[in-house]
Amino acid sequence: MHIVDRRLNPGGKSFANRQRFLRRAKELVQRAVRESTKDRGIGDLDQAGEVSIPVDDIREPTLRRAGSGGKRDIVLPGNRQYVEGDLIERPQGGGGKGSGREGGQGDGEDAFRFVLTREEFLNIFLDDLELPDLAKRRIALTESEGIRRAGYTTSGSPANLALARTLKVSMSRRIAMRRPKADEIAEMEETLRRMEEEGAEPGAVEALRKQLESQTRRRATIPYLDPLDLRYRRYEPFPKPIAQAVMFCLMDVSGSMSEHMKDLAKRFFMLLHVFLTRRYKHVDVVFIRHTDKAKEVDEETFFRGTETGGTMVSSAFVEMKRVVEERYDPASWNIYAAQASDGDNMSSDGERTTRLLREDILPVCQYFAYLQVGDPGGHMGFMQHQGDTTLWRTYEALQRTGARFEMRRVQRREDIYPVFRQLFQKRDAAEGASP
Amino acid sequence: MTVQIKTGRLLFEGNDWDFSTIQRVHDAIAEIADKDLGLDTFPNQIEIITAEQMLDAYASTGMPLFYKHWSFGKHFAQHEAVYRKGLMGLAYEIVINSNPCISYIMEENTATMQTLVIAHAAFGHNHFFKNNYLFNQWTDPDGILDYLTFAKSYVMSCEERYGQAAVERVLDAAHALMPQGVHRYPRKKPMNLKSEEKRERERQENQERMYDDLWRTVPGKSDGNKARQMRDDKRRALLELPQENLLYFLEKTAPRLAPWQREVLRIVRNIAQYFYPQQQTKVMNEGCATYTHYRIMNILHERGQISDGSYLEFLTSHTNVVRQPVFEDPYYNGINPYALGFDMMSDIERIATDPTDEDKAWFPDLAGNGDVMGNLKEIWRNYRDESFIAQFLSPTLIRKWRLFHIEDDPDEPHLSVSAIHDDRGYRKLRRLLARQHDTAWLSPDIQVVDVDLEGTRRLVVHHRVLRNMLLQPEDTARVLQHLADLWSYDVVLREVDYNTEAVLKEHHAKARPGIFA
Repeated sequence: MHIVDRRLNPGGKSFANRQRFLRRAKELVQRAVRESTKDRGIGDLDQAGEVSIPVDDIREPTLRRAGSGGKRDIVLPGNRQYVEGDLIERPQGGGGKGSGREGGQGDGEDAFRFVLTREEFLNIFLDDLELPDLAKRRIALTESEGIRRAGYTTSGSPANLALARTLKVSMSRRIAMRRPKADEIAEMEETLRRMEEEGAEPGAVEALRKQLESQTRRRATIPYLDPLDLRYRRYEPFPKPIAQAVMFCLMDVSGSMSEHMKDLAKRFFMLLHVFLTRRYKHVDVVFIRHTDKAKEVDEETFFRGTETGGTMVSSAFVEMKRVVEERYDPASWNIYAAQASDGDNMSSDGERTTRLLREDILPVCQYFAYLQVGDPGGHMGFMQHQGDTTLWRTYEALQRTGARFEMRRVQRREDIYPVFRQLFQKRDAAEGASP
Repeated sequence: MTVQIKTGRLLFEGNDWDFSTIQRVHDAIAEIADKDLGLDTFPNQIEIITAEQMLDAYASTGMPLFYKHWSFGKHFAQHEAVYRKGLMGLAYEIVINSNPCISYIMEENTATMQTLVIAHAAFGHNHFFKNNYLFNQWTDPDGILDYLTFAKSYVMSCEERYGQAAVERVLDAAHALMPQGVHRYPRKKPMNLKSEEKRERERQENQERMYDDLWRTVPGKSDGNKARQMRDDKRRALLELPQENLLYFLEKTAPRLAPWQREVLRIVRNIAQYFYPQQQTKVMNEGCATYTHYRIMNILHERGQISDGSYLEFLTSHTNVVRQPVFEDPYYNGINPYALGFDMMSDIERIATDPTDEDKAWFPDLAGNGDVMGNLKEIWRNYRDESFIAQFLSPTLIRKWRLFHIEDDPDEPHLSVSAIHDDRGYRKLRRLLARQHDTAWLSPDIQVVDVDLEGTRRLVVHHRVLRNMLLQPEDTARVLQHLADLWSYDVVLREVDYNTEAVLKEHHAKARPGIFA
């Protein structure tokens, strides 16, 4: 009998099959992920999660009999009351006892539920945003840890063999074990030969020969290089400087923001959050929503709650300024802010907004993005041309004076990513400088 | 029989085990299996795996290596979701009909469970695999692992040459027809999977050698006056029609498949054939294994090789395994093959040792002959579920299980009870329960009956309908589409009444051009 321990075999044997399955069901899974991101919090985006897809396209059909129709015989256990000839009411819906062996094959399964891992979920989410591959890899990068040398170890891969160290250990072992050297042996052989030639007394020759024999054996049993001697270079990961960041989500929640607009905004916030969590060990999120009054709220209220009133963007900046002063000292926090709005603002508010943004908000922010969300149809009759909103004009003027921030119009999901591109490029240029 | 009573020499204490425990347990069980029960087994190979690896094994029908296909990924995802929620426990073991016989056991099992699992799988199932006539006839335990290796690498090389998508399409279609991919009648010589790879090469070489473009240009003989009937018969004979093995028919006859596509069909067909005996012997196979572990665990306990605590742990899981909920129970999910198998084996033991007058009348050969293992081994060798139940389900057991029969005729307003556990009902119940375990009765009878070779090349397939039980229409349409794609021309499936030959329903499918170009 053999016992084989398979536990250490590489796991994930089904990985390839799973990938194939996900690819096959890609559209369905993508739709399911889209649905489930609606219910997820911004911070939970990159968690594993269960999704459910309709079973239709991944059905494995076989030729089998229908679950009903035709004359059937069923033998069942556990009779308590029936005698031969009894008539029984037909159970409704074909379920219950009538389905004895057919029941398990299930005509009724219409949804297929399974769990996506964290990577898979994120990947599909990013795929859905139609990110270019390079950017995706960058975002999906799990750890930003470095690797450095850390002494020696007795096991490792051959590529990491430390030759000098190995030979040093080998030498000290050979000395400690008194392994005869090659020239010692040669010298003894030479002496022996000379003694034999000179006809020295047999006792001495015999003694020397014995000694030579034992030394030769000793040399053979003590190896030059023993597996014990092997030393490998050891590497260990080390975390790069840890930093913390706070992300402000500002959103206009007045009546003119449609569900679609909010969804776009949410995706943008999510992407920003994913990006920040890759860069920083600790990320706080602050939600500020505003109409003509601004208020810090929790995530649920932020996306779900509705509010009526006018629109005053400056109120949100006042609130943000207050939170920054209270909790997030710019010296120890990286501050990111993203604002989403349909572009409405009270015309009298423009000047105040500009001043607040230029003097209080932008100086403390690493990055400020303004996202003008619109409906996919674009400019409808009664609305102004998308670019010509009050807020857009205000910000455009501000940007012309040299203020550094991003502003984009977004109508469809795939428009979201370009807003990020500039951020990445900036990071690339400043690579090496710690955030 | 020499029985050595050893006391106080426990094989293990507590729940923990290591490899030497497994070895000790295996040796102790091997001794009992050999001396007390006289089992005849393949050498064992016991492999210890983790829960995740068990899920992997589930996904690929328990085989240690398999070609890649999305459906296995789907099954994995499904099992995983259910398992993670805690809705499903995993099997304690998986055993593979190979030589040596491989049993996978889970690392989480306690020492008692490992003992139980080794007795169950490595000796019970092992004996059944080695001795049952169906397995001898249809499977080749020496070659299966090599064949799976070949299949895996062949499919992989096809993917490299023709692309994953093309291979996936063939596999999808082949899987849909897998239940129709088995020969149901014995073949002339035993299966030898080792030579499969060689034969594949030879077939291809032969085809290349024989190919001559000139034949295409030779005009055929005109057979104007020959009787049409004779032509039809000859055509059917040449095509070996009617043919119930659809995959075999397509592999040999489909006009436009590439050689590699035929080989993929052949691989799926061979694997389907390998599993065919297992479908027909669920009750017997589990009954044999469960009865064996029950006897072995009891003997171990009697001889003081396992403690009372272990014995109670064993009884708990044993009773869980052989539980049969009654039909009203919300957990009722058909007849539990473990329960029926174990009860029937135990009943045969009772008939041999302590028969009643009724048993003497029903089983004159077995009753009171005292040779329990002799009777059982004879039965394990020569029967399958259907014949086993038809022969050996005793009135005692029918009464114990309180079996009854319900007739469901859609033309009647009510279901009717036509037999219960009484003198009039025994034989009828036995016959019907046996039929309920007969794969030939359970799976629809589908055959290729004819091909229109001179006209549209339409393939004609018949489903011989028993008692008006028609095919499930949506799935049938899907499978038929696969069939048409493989055949490359139109396919018609006629559902024909078994007795009257009247056509009850027709399904049509048109080949989609370019699917298997």
